[in-house]
Amino acid sequence: MYDFAYHKPTSVADAVKILAADPDARPISGGQTLLPALKHRLNKPSVVVDLSGIAELRGIRREGDRIIIGAMTRHAEVANSAEVKAAIPALAKLAGSIGDVQVRNRGTIGGSVSNNDPAADYPSAVLALDATIVTDKRRIAADDFFLGMFTTALEPGELLMAIEFPIPEKAGYAKMKNPASRYVMAGAFVAKTKSGVRVAINGAGPCVFRQSMMEQALSANWSPDAVAGIKQDPEGLNGDIHGSAEYRAHLVTVMAKRAVADAG
Amino acid sequence: MNVVVPFEGIGASVRRKEDLRFLSGRGQYTDDIVRPGQTAAYILRSPHAHATIRAIDTAAAKAMPGVVAVFTGADMAGIGGLPCGWQIHSKDGSPMAEPKHPVLAEGKVRHVGDPVAVVIAETRAQAKDAAEAIQVDYAVLPSAATMEAALAPGAPLIHEGAPGNLCYDWHIGDKAANDAAFARAAKVVSFETTNNRLVPNAMEPRAALGDYDPTTGEYTLWTTSQNPHVIRLLMGAFVLQIPEAKLRVVAPDVGGGFGSKIYHYAEEAIVTWAAGKIGRPVKWTAERTESFQSDAHGRDHVTKAELALDADGRFLALRVSTKANMGAYLSTFAPCVPTYLYATLLAGVYTTPTIYAEVKAVFTNTVPVDAYRGAGRPEATYLLERLVDIAAAETGIDRIEIRRRNFIPTDAFPYQTPVALQYDSGNYHATLDEALKAADWAGFEARRAEAAKRGKLRGIGCSTYLEACGIAPSAVVGSLGARAGLYEVGTIRVHPTGSVTVLTGAHSHGQGHETTFAQLVADRLGVPVAQVDVVHGDTAKVPFGMGTYGSRSLAVGGSAMFKAMDKVIAKGKKIAAHLMEASVEDIEFDRGTFRVAGTDKAKSLAEIALAAYVPHNYPIEELEPGLEETAFYDPKNFTYPGGCHVAEVEIDPETGRATVVTFTAVDDVGRVINPMIVEGQVQGGVAQGIGQALLEQAVYDENGQLLSASMMDYTMPRADDLPLVGVATHTTLCTHNPLGVKGCGEVGAIGSPPAVMNAVVDALRDYGVRHIEMPATPAKIWGIINAGRPMAAE
Amino acid sequence: MPQVTLTVNGKAHTVEVEGRTLLVELLREKLRLTGTHVGCDTSQCGACVVHVNGDSVKSCTMLALQADGAQVTTIEGLAKPDGTLHPMQEAFREYHALQCGFCTPGMVMSAIDLVQKHPQGLSEKEIREGLEGNLCRCTGYHNIVKAIAAAADVMHGKRTEVARAAE
Repeated sequence: MYDFAYHKPTSVADAVKILAADPDARPISGGQTLLPALKHRLNKPSVVVDLSGIAELRGIRREGDRIIIGAMTRHAEVANSAEVKAAIPALAKLAGSIGDVQVRNRGTIGGSVSNNDPAADYPSAVLALDATIVTDKRRIAADDFFLGMFTTALEPGELLMAIEFPIPEKAGYAKMKNPASRYVMAGAFVAKTKSGVRVAINGAGPCVFRQSMMEQALSANWSPDAVAGIKQDPEGLNGDIHGSAEYRAHLVTVMAKRAVADAG
Repeated sequence: MNVVVPFEGIGASVRRKEDLRFLSGRGQYTDDIVRPGQTAAYILRSPHAHATIRAIDTAAAKAMPGVVAVFTGADMAGIGGLPCGWQIHSKDGSPMAEPKHPVLAEGKVRHVGDPVAVVIAETRAQAKDAAEAIQVDYAVLPSAATMEAALAPGAPLIHEGAPGNLCYDWHIGDKAANDAAFARAAKVVSFETTNNRLVPNAMEPRAALGDYDPTTGEYTLWTTSQNPHVIRLLMGAFVLQIPEAKLRVVAPDVGGGFGSKIYHYAEEAIVTWAAGKIGRPVKWTAERTESFQSDAHGRDHVTKAELALDADGRFLALRVSTKANMGAYLSTFAPCVPTYLYATLLAGVYTTPTIYAEVKAVFTNTVPVDAYRGAGRPEATYLLERLVDIAAAETGIDRIEIRRRNFIPTDAFPYQTPVALQYDSGNYHATLDEALKAADWAGFEARRAEAAKRGKLRGIGCSTYLEACGIAPSAVVGSLGARAGLYEVGTIRVHPTGSVTVLTGAHSHGQGHETTFAQLVADRLGVPVAQVDVVHGDTAKVPFGMGTYGSRSLAVGGSAMFKAMDKVIAKGKKIAAHLMEASVEDIEFDRGTFRVAGTDKAKSLAEIALAAYVPHNYPIEELEPGLEETAFYDPKNFTYPGGCHVAEVEIDPETGRATVVTFTAVDDVGRVINPMIVEGQVQGGVAQGIGQALLEQAVYDENGQLLSASMMDYTMPRADDLPLVGVATHTTLCTHNPLGVKGCGEVGAIGSPPAVMNAVVDALRDYGVRHIEMPATPAKIWGIINAGRPMAAE
Repeated sequence: MPQVTLTVNGKAHTVEVEGRTLLVELLREKLRLTGTHVGCDTSQCGACVVHVNGDSVKSCTMLALQADGAQVTTIEGLAKPDGTLHPMQEAFREYHALQCGFCTPGMVMSAIDLVQKHPQGLSEKEIREGLEGNLCRCTGYHNIVKAIAAAADVMHGKRTEVARAAE
């Protein structure tokens, strides 16, 4: 990769200051997506800001009817967290299925969500659970956060600090992994939340999206059968050597069905 | 005083000596080696599939930090091209097109990844930084990324000397007799199939480290090679014109090869030559994405085949027409893979009386293609075993029964096939019976029904196969176009105190020779494995060798050792006779002891060795001192391991994902030296075969861009993709080498793909599937399920 | 040039590195611990796996500077000073779980972490899934799975020695 200066601030304020000072500065949390990109020379940051020294970005806690997860929380920590397993088991299971063991030991929820890789796992949970993204500047609703491929509402230099997950009544997740990369080829996170049924589809399109037909069907009848007959329109979905848009569209229905079954 | 020593000879599963260094991180792979003053090389490669180079400007690169030198093809003018080791002639007798394969591009690039320039700097990062500053002015040309595009009229011409992008148009067999047999047939079964292009991806990326000593004029090359002597010969004689005595090639620990590390690659010549130019060692190590663009790929055949049968399902004739992809340049062994390692295997285990095959080898704007585990034999076996299953379906004869009807009978050996090869021994009925029993073929329908209750489609399939390996008889392959001999060399050096050093031209990059070759010596000379040191991989230590590939190490290399041991024992008997004052005819030798027949007078090998090196009481008039013998062994024939593989798969019809749930292999590899090693070789080969069948494919787009450019898109089999693999052996000895061994390195990858695909087709039987191409990915299977309707009435 | 201080196999080191230096490069090139290998450039193959603060990580996907203050264990640090092998190393040898040896250091390190994190034991399926981040091209994983199960018995105190592989 190209060389860069490295900083490890101990406070959010210091991190934000460094990022604001240089438009080519980039934050690194787990580095499990940033470092492979840097190794392929896809980016050329001047400065890399290591967020792992900032204590306030770590930790999982339950506050009333929400689970709050700090941006620097590793996937393995979410997967093994007693609070998450008790309150939102589907989220713990999702975290335990990201990448592989080594990726889960380093990768973080903040890194994954702010990167918004279409084939990542977390965005579907964030969207389906109607979570709130807390940055150093503001609070952003999940519905307003994921804008497009690798694009979020975060402004340059804005730091994702935590994600607040309202605890759902039920939630489930199912995905089909790309056989080569083991990223998500098509996945569905379904949740019965306070604001109604939400179904978020990841992997299949250029960005995570809500499947409104499935949401309506499940609102009327929460069961795998309710979504089994709903066809996802392949228009706009990804097609590549691993599968056509039609195949991914078919998988969306299958995964949604399995996610509902998983939710119980 | 009775110490029980575990048996270490032939047949023992001795645990490996080499493991101790590998498990402790003390292996020495090429990238681990650091020489004083070492520099790092980075290769700039073509981003285009086909282009002329109008200009290369390296001035900016040369000025960058840490850069020692930048070289292009112009700097290497006068260097020979990478040679091809096998010349095939076409049907009309003309020799194949053999365009130059330059070390660095000379005015033109012909595949994405074609090396254009090399930057040498203090660190690899600096070399890579500087490579980005090299300006190459390309004039992009239309490219032919597939064989179809390359053979089409008006296709872009890849090489001046190869009109129509054809390398050769070869055939084997008696066409007239073959046509006549087809005319008589009660039934003809035909199909077309592709043998999918694969990337070998040994876990260790290729690397090469060149060094030059100006005080002696000697070059040293450390390289990730399966055959250092071959590299010395090819590079020294044909590319860099360095005499053998001034060129040492070392293949240290090598992390897997599977064929991809046989060839003499440009990077080896580049670092060796550059080290001489700059007076400092030069090391190059591939990045994995770079490996995808520069390691030889495997397979890539498109075939149309027809099988003629009589009314009883007996095979009357087979005719095959294959197009084989050579890629952009001829790699070292490429021309022989789809001819003499493929078409000559088209009898398989069957008595088909006439076979005719024609093969067109085609240049395309893709990475060169060459041998990869099995090299031609997986292609032949896949073709045959799918065709036989299809014939069974179309004649209504049971898949197992149709095979039995056509097996070469056990009393028919030696069996002359209609495609040149003569098999020495085998028992295909026995391996089939054992495999069917071990796999519980008879009980399958109950398992299919149980899987259906779980919503899964379950299928079972088998392949009955053989292959030809233990390559090869030199005169035979020479008459077929080989430019090298394929003997092997073994030296047995008995030290004065009785320990033994073996020097072998074979190379171990996972096969465990440091242990198994020691077992041969333990078995015959009675020297404990711990006191037998096996040396391989260094042209300065080992007299000569052709290396390890084609499952030849034991069959040819082990036989060379055996012959050398013959000579040691013969000399030892003379010494023993002298010491024990007996006649040589009365000396018996058994596992390290020389005994006067009928007496209890005996001498150990250690005593004989000491006498040989301290020849005071010694027949010095008749016999030289010392106890070291070398043998060059040229095999009399190929060897013919084979057997039966059975696979059961389950398909999730909602996603189309197929997984192999059980796999059974019963292989006849001749005499088994170390059962544990044989099992490991078969299991590893089966994993690669399952990979070919269900997961792996190297994919180019129509512009010659590699879409499966890294492991993110090329599916490497992982532990959760694979089942446990049950391995058993059934032994019929090879009749023509002293060990009776047949070789086991490739059988796993040869027998397994058709077993898996036959199972997949069986699983999809309700969907009217006649054939499905590899890899049978989830998307592909789902496409079939989605298009078809269940044929069976519920 | 930046500096990083870390403990590797029990020994403290302070090393000058660039910002872009990877942990695996520090180990292999600066500390000459070449047992940890590089097999890919997409963070998939696992040949580079080491333990950082007790967790298995891919040292090719970590900056050396991110390991500042960390305890790192590599394959070279597993055996006891008197040469006694770790049960996982013993098991790999006993079960022929390696052929070319290139994936082996990372495989062993991953396997140890996997077994340590599952004191209740592991099924064959769990072992295979736990190896998702480790590629082997030689063995087909059959013997690796067997070796890990055998080592787990010793590491979890069910046996005092690695069980002999069935003949």
